[in-house]
Amino acid sequence: MSLQTKLICSSTAAIHAAIITHKPDIEPLDQAIGDGDHYINILRGAEGIDGMAAELASLSADEALNKIAMKLLSSIGGAAGPLFASFFMGMASGIKRNGGKTNIDIAVAFAAGVQELIKRGKGKVGEKTMLDVLVPVAHTFIFSAIENKTTAGICAEINASADKGLASTRDLLATKGRAAGLGGRSVGHLDAGAKSCQVMIKAVCKNITRKKIK
Amino acid sequence: MKKFVNSIDSMLTESLSGFEKAHPDLVSLHLKPNYLTRKNKAKNKVAVISGGGAGHEPLHAGFIGKGMLDAACPGQVFTSPTPDQMIAAAEAVHMGKGVLFIVKNYAGDVMNFEMAGEMLSVENSTVLTSDDCAVINSTFTDGRRGVAGTVIVEKCVGSIAETGADLASCKALGDKINAQTASIGVAFTSCTVPAAGKPTFDIGESEIEMGIGIHGEPGRKRETMRKADAMIKDMIDAILTDLDDKTKGAEVLLLVNGLGATPLMELYLIYNVAEKLLREQGMTVARSLVGNYTTAIDMSGASITVCVLDDEVKQHWDSPVHTVALRKGI
Repeated sequence: MSLQTKLICSSTAAIHAAIITHKPDIEPLDQAIGDGDHYINILRGAEGIDGMAAELASLSADEALNKIAMKLLSSIGGAAGPLFASFFMGMASGIKRNGGKTNIDIAVAFAAGVQELIKRGKGKVGEKTMLDVLVPVAHTFIFSAIENKTTAGICAEINASADKGLASTRDLLATKGRAAGLGGRSVGHLDAGAKSCQVMIKAVCKNITRKKIK
Repeated sequence: MKKFVNSIDSMLTESLSGFEKAHPDLVSLHLKPNYLTRKNKAKNKVAVISGGGAGHEPLHAGFIGKGMLDAACPGQVFTSPTPDQMIAAAEAVHMGKGVLFIVKNYAGDVMNFEMAGEMLSVENSTVLTSDDCAVINSTFTDGRRGVAGTVIVEKCVGSIAETGADLASCKALGDKINAQTASIGVAFTSCTVPAAGKPTFDIGESEIEMGIGIHGEPGRKRETMRKADAMIKDMIDAILTDLDDKTKGAEVLLLVNGLGATPLMELYLIYNVAEKLLREQGMTVARSLVGNYTTAIDMSGASITVCVLDDEVKQHWDSPVHTVALRKGI
């Protein structure tokens, strides 16, 4: 697989649709242990990107990712805006460096995006955040690409990793984000940010698999 | 949900437009990106800018004006503003002496202001407010939340900026006040975020949430409703434990803040009890503020803030100010 702007656009459209479909799964989680605005914020971001598909079409993949980052930065607000924007900026630099021609290139660029997100949020795995999904997924992406698995095979492994990462947040104590103020009361709930990342990652994988991209 | 709404999407800008029309002598509204500035730009001083999610009115736009803020950036309800807003506001109001951002300590606000600060070509610095002592576990990497004490920081930093003080001095005063201010809130009912359409949390008729956050984030614990004296004593105890030896024999500012749906009659009752408790602990309540200054939309409840005073803080608290929500001496 190589990362083309067309694939980025179809993936962001798939993300937008999946966010809407999974509203009942995402929104109550943030209302339980956050401040209830996560769903609205990410929906606003996804809508904004869908609205700029025509504008993105003429750009290279790294330019498109950067443009998406700036749009997310000005449309989402909250913590999610800078975090997702940092991810896309990091991934854009990664693609610019390696060209995004192969699965391993894309995996490395994805990991670079996660790295930027970690720098911005100053977080780590185990704090009941989106990193509990993104970091294991980045590992899985790179490992399965190294082993020369097929694109469909990589997607299947990423899906499983995202599910596992999300499930791990249930028993974690929140020490980052607004849920941190809850202390022990956050235990027993899935993290909303981890859930929305799982939804988005699976939507992208499904889009790739459905299109039978090699 | 019963609210004055035409559409959720237009609610914020409709409200901001009304704010500008109601106070044309004090503020100007700029849309896309959204920010508000003083009607008349100040001269030759550090520009003081604050911002945060909407829903805490009159914070922050209500404090724009001589002696306080130069600009404010409102985000969506309970959602941080975005860097493009802060950059546009800073470029509009800076006077060549730098920009000081006053930011309540929430991950979203911190990151958005941080990115704005990095992208801005004007010299800038930030005071983070974290006066809420309800969240006491210091291992929480997010630290404490910024709540009503932010008003005191904005007032005093605004005052020192008017004197022509440099950016470092303005920041130093803000940081100092934040370190000697503690707040705690209690909620009787939840707020309802308009876009969500229903209360953020469930709370029984005889329950209270002690240590509530200003977005409806749960606090320390769910308790049973008691007499005002008992609840206020617990709040004052939490504040004094937090401020520790700073309060011994001190003069303090006592701020009783309504969270949106609690009447002034009750806020003054709280003041009456809190003032007595502080006096019994050897403090002198030398300055006061009672009203709705840092709200949580339509939440019923209140917060108490104690700020330890010294001559510098008193001087800047007492200086003239002319804003929508706070006016004295002008």
